[in-house]
Amino acid sequence: MKRTDEPRTTADERQTDGGSDFETVADVRLSSSERYRQTADELLMTPARIVWSDWRARIAVCVLGFYLFLGVFGPLIVSEPSLGEGPVLLGAFYSLEFPLGTTSRGEDILAQVIYATRPMLQMVAAGAVFTVIVATIVGTTAGYKGGVVDSVLMTLTDVMLTIPGLPLVIVLVTVLEIGANPYLIGVLLSVNAWAGLARALRSQVLTLRDAEYVEASRIMGVPTREILSVDIIPNLMPYITMNFVKQGRAVIFGSVGLYFLGILPQNSDTQNWGLMIDTAVSDAGAVNSAAAVHWLLAPIFAVITFAMGLTLFAQSADRLFNPRVRARHAKTTSDDDEPPERNEGDGTAPAGVMQG
Amino acid sequence: MHYILRRLVQAAITVLSTITLSFVLIRMMPGSPVDRLRAQLLERNSGLSSAQIQYRIEQQTNIVPDEPLYVQYFDYMTSILTGDFGRSIVKSNQPVADILANAIPWTIFLMSSALFLGFVVGISLGAFMAYREGSLFDISSTSVSLTLNSTPDYIVGLLLLTFVAYQLGLFPTGGRYASGVDPGLSLEFFASVLYHGALPILSMAIVAFGGWALDMRGNSIRILGEDYLHVARLRGLPERRIALRYVARNAILPMYTGLMIAMGAMLNGSVILESIYAYPGLGFRIIEAVNNRDYPVLMGCFIVITCAIVIGILIADLTYSRIDPRAKGGDSREAY
Repeated sequence: MKRTDEPRTTADERQTDGGSDFETVADVRLSSSERYRQTADELLMTPARIVWSDWRARIAVCVLGFYLFLGVFGPLIVSEPSLGEGPVLLGAFYSLEFPLGTTSRGEDILAQVIYATRPMLQMVAAGAVFTVIVATIVGTTAGYKGGVVDSVLMTLTDVMLTIPGLPLVIVLVTVLEIGANPYLIGVLLSVNAWAGLARALRSQVLTLRDAEYVEASRIMGVPTREILSVDIIPNLMPYITMNFVKQGRAVIFGSVGLYFLGILPQNSDTQNWGLMIDTAVSDAGAVNSAAAVHWLLAPIFAVITFAMGLTLFAQSADRLFNPRVRARHAKTTSDDDEPPERNEGDGTAPAGVMQG
Repeated sequence: MHYILRRLVQAAITVLSTITLSFVLIRMMPGSPVDRLRAQLLERNSGLSSAQIQYRIEQQTNIVPDEPLYVQYFDYMTSILTGDFGRSIVKSNQPVADILANAIPWTIFLMSSALFLGFVVGISLGAFMAYREGSLFDISSTSVSLTLNSTPDYIVGLLLLTFVAYQLGLFPTGGRYASGVDPGLSLEFFASVLYHGALPILSMAIVAFGGWALDMRGNSIRILGEDYLHVARLRGLPERRIALRYVARNAILPMYTGLMIAMGAMLNGSVILESIYAYPGLGFRIIEAVNNRDYPVLMGCFIVITCAIVIGILIADLTYSRIDPRAKGGDSREAY
């Protein structure tokens, strides 16, 4: 933002130049607080309005908020599951004390589901943040710089993109023997996930690198780092948000799957929905005995609803791309060429379908 | 031609990096698998002399631990590139290449069937959803697709195994074909293979179909708003022609490369599914190798899977510009 601070014309110049309208400079300059408010409006409020206008997004925000609440406050409200606190293999919805039933060792299944939420959130956050940061740095730099930098970075990206994720993670976990830290596992599960996003961001940057305002910054000698962070990356935010959420979902799928197979490292207090599925299957034979099916279904339900919240959120973030939707929400534009929002707005019917 | 050459070089770099990575992991990581291999060999056959153990390590990993590093690397590289992946530690010294050759066709069978099934059903439904955008049909199928898209395939697999295979007893719970059937070109064998593969294939296809439907729906809706469609309507072209030539064709094209990438994703999925259904394909072998700390087999599977995906994406890239003339290979841009 430095360059706008430089005075463009002085008062003297304005007076001497005899009245050509073209050379008059606006007297009103945005104060910095106004500028911040404008930026905030553009980057946060408008996307938030667009997101909230969509029934999918509203469900998504509620579901994710619920899991966030469970992850942060759940362990404070519910006591930790312990061996023999209830009868063995009590079915779901039989007692108020154990709403989702108990395991074959008498542990409260609901408490287990809740206690697994916090490490899951930690994994998801670590993996998604890692993916987004690496992808943004690599993708925007490659796309903007071009030339040798681009070739080198893209070759690296292509290599990472083609190496299959899950087998790579399995190999790394087996050989490296990392600890059971959820943050570390989250990053490991995303070890090559940044490549796809980096490629996509690069192609977006290609369309921006020759835009007039970017060219202007370049000619004025603004350093590359600043051009990227001020002129280019804000334009990519919706896309980055969408992929943040998608990677979050991938981390859930990966960690549950690999805990289910018993491949991810664990210690005595590791809690994970995949681990629950694993013990349900191996300890109580939940796949072939009806008595333990509830033990299998509770974590599965948790995985699916959480992932669904993320999917819906990514779906509605996709709308941020659509300039027609965006324009409809900009304050200055009237929406006369767009049909009014369809009746899906209140979303009661689809919500019912999905809960079923 | 220049573009094709560049893509080939890139594919080669990917394969070489994967092999290098596997060499680094086996040879140089702290708590090196080579050391653990030595301990494992000592434990299992206490009578071996140290020279014999050295020889076994060399046989199994293609690495001679005493040689200088660059020689080890060169040996490892050349032996893998000539198809010698070493020998299994656990399965009485069976060559890894044999284990792989026995597993790959089954995984490819599962994946390609699932991919085909999911793709065809998905795009048909997606196109129909886009055409009826906003209708009850669209909203309910979108909801179903979203739900499927938010479910990992191994969970679908687990549920199908629980309810369809065990509780209803409609399908077998594991294996590649019935034990009484001889593998060969008989109808009985094919039927048995299909019967045993049905649930794993279905698990992958059900999940993938939701994603395809949503993609196709999105692409079609975008195209339905394009100017050339209005023009086509104004010209009075028949609706059928517009639907197939203008909408479907342009909506499917961007998904073509996705198809090959989906193959990679399915390989990921099949790793867990194969172990749920005890289906001895590549994924099953990977998990088995991890549990036994059978490093040569593990690395062999890893390298083979990577090569399969590299080839898939290469084919997609090289054919894409033939199918979609808008995609041009090669770019000459100014560097800043």
